Amino acid sequence: MLKALAMPFRAVREGREAGDRTQQGVLVMILLVVLLVIACLISLGIGPTGVGLKDLWVYVTGRSASLSTQERVILEAVRLPRTALGLLVGAGLAVSGAMMQGLFRNPLADPGIVGVTSGAGLFAVAAIVLGGGALASVSALLGQEFLPLMAFLGGLLNTWALYVIATREGRTSTTGLILSGIAIGALSAAIMGLLITMADDRQLRDITFWSLGSLGGATYGRVMSILPFVALVLAIIPFVARGLDALVLGDAAAFHMGIPVQRLKRIVIIAVAAACGSTVAVAGSIGFVGIIVPHLLRIVIGPSHRFLLPGSALGGGALLLIADAVARTVAAPAELPIGVITALFGAPVFLFLLIGRNGISMRDLP
Amino acid sequence: MIRADNITVSRSGRKLLDSVGVTLEAGLFTVIVGPNGAGKSTLMKVLSGELVPDAGEVSYYGVSAGACQPAELAKRRAVLPQATQLAFPFTALEIARMGAVAHGALNPTEEGRKALARVGLRGFESRPYPSLSGGEQQRVQFARALAQVPKPVVDGVPRALFLDEPTASLDLGHQISVLETARDFASGGGMVLAILHDLNLAAEFADHLVVLNNGRVVAEGPCAETVNDGIIASVYGIAGAVGRLPAGHIPYVLPQSRHR
Repeated sequence: MLKALAMPFRAVREGREAGDRTQQGVLVMILLVVLLVIACLISLGIGPTGVGLKDLWVYVTGRSASLSTQERVILEAVRLPRTALGLLVGAGLAVSGAMMQGLFRNPLADPGIVGVTSGAGLFAVAAIVLGGGALASVSALLGQEFLPLMAFLGGLLNTWALYVIATREGRTSTTGLILSGIAIGALSAAIMGLLITMADDRQLRDITFWSLGSLGGATYGRVMSILPFVALVLAIIPFVARGLDALVLGDAAAFHMGIPVQRLKRIVIIAVAAACGSTVAVAGSIGFVGIIVPHLLRIVIGPSHRFLLPGSALGGGALLLIADAVARTVAAPAELPIGVITALFGAPVFLFLLIGRNGISMRDLP
Repeated sequence: MIRADNITVSRSGRKLLDSVGVTLEAGLFTVIVGPNGAGKSTLMKVLSGELVPDAGEVSYYGVSAGACQPAELAKRRAVLPQATQLAFPFTALEIARMGAVAHGALNPTEEGRKALARVGLRGFESRPYPSLSGGEQQRVQFARALAQVPKPVVDGVPRALFLDEPTASLDLGHQISVLETARDFASGGGMVLAILHDLNLAAEFADHLVVLNNGRVVAEGPCAETVNDGIIASVYGIAGAVGRLPAGHIPYVLPQSRHR
């Protein structure tokens, strides 16, 4: 029995010693799926009310009749959409971080740090403020998709601007990336401030509620509104993974290896904006998920996007669900903003990366 | 056959290449030499399809390179760039594997392993690329290029290897080894185009030599007819360089192929 359990680990070790991290990648994917299932159970089974894992078990095994109406409502209408939303938001944030780092060839590129999130935020606020006025007809036409779509456009605008400004001859320096990201982020925040002064009381309430950055207002409507965006990004993973690997060697080398570089970059920019923008629209800005998850994964399975991107989706979902469970329970019955939890863990990882134990991040890569 | 006709490339008012024509024939090792800024790398970029010339055309077997998808070009030629640095720590095997993936290999990991063995890097598979020396990195890149075009001829169509200063950071032994591997590729029916700075190495390996200066081809042909005092003087501005020994107190080493 023990021997059979040790088998995959031996294959992993032998593969790694021979320079092949494929088995290692597969094993980590399996472990991440297990982690994600556990995270879902925690997220569904924990909360300020008395509904716990036992009730969840009763519900899952189809004996929901024995639960009270209140218990069923908590599971179905409160916990389930919240778990689904956390899953989508976490996966979207982590995958967009990993893709962005591949696009910029820089492990520090995170949508939150380089101003993509604030672009999405600006357009989300614009959607709230102008949705009742100048853009009322568009808002009415798009319904619940209006806010995520606007946030997507804002994210797209900032990603594109950042790419054009910080990239010279296909190369992005860490300094250029972060400085222009700060500038773009500051500009977005300033315009957001202007818009907020124009908002009426009801809109201000909406903005405040939105900007708290929480999974608290999870509804099936919100889940459905971001599902197409996140699904789109997850669906393109198999098509961009090889290209992003090749891109690490540079634009020219990627082209030599048969990658249509410009098309790949356009697709990745749109995907990053879609994932990042839509998650900002429903959950506010939750920082650092896009940097911790890919960074930890690279340490374990190496930088190949074959495993990094799907691993980020699984790990991002799990991380956010666990962070949300912590946010809900540590100060219960009050709830901490989830962004506080992710920043508490993420900021040190970012600093650690910047100090560069592996010596690759402080130095400007050519 | 890969042909470049009347290639002109201008950048900020200066002509990097001025009506250059080059033909790569199957079975030949073609070497481009010339001083810094002569346009050697630009010409290689144009030939590999990476750079679209302002005038002129590159054709792969009669088909314009501009009309080919990147993936089609990747099947026909591989390129060894000058020094490449990485932001992420791929292993040597993972780099070589990328070439095999571009080739469309059924088992890219195994093909990558073979390519590393061909450049003498067996045992380096699990080493992170950033931890390798400059010369080792260069050979990993060479392995990647070899994995992309593992056979010089496929279905009767020759493949091409483009090498931009392949010997730049290598010791003498590995300079010869890399060029020998490239020559084997050519004698197997493939096409090789290399940019070299060392005229002795060029003379040793080139079947066809192209001398580039100020964006123009100033001489072309077999080495014996191309490398002479007149050309060296006009291109490099140094006199009396060909076929004469230096003064007695200066030791000199002329690396030569092992002629297996």
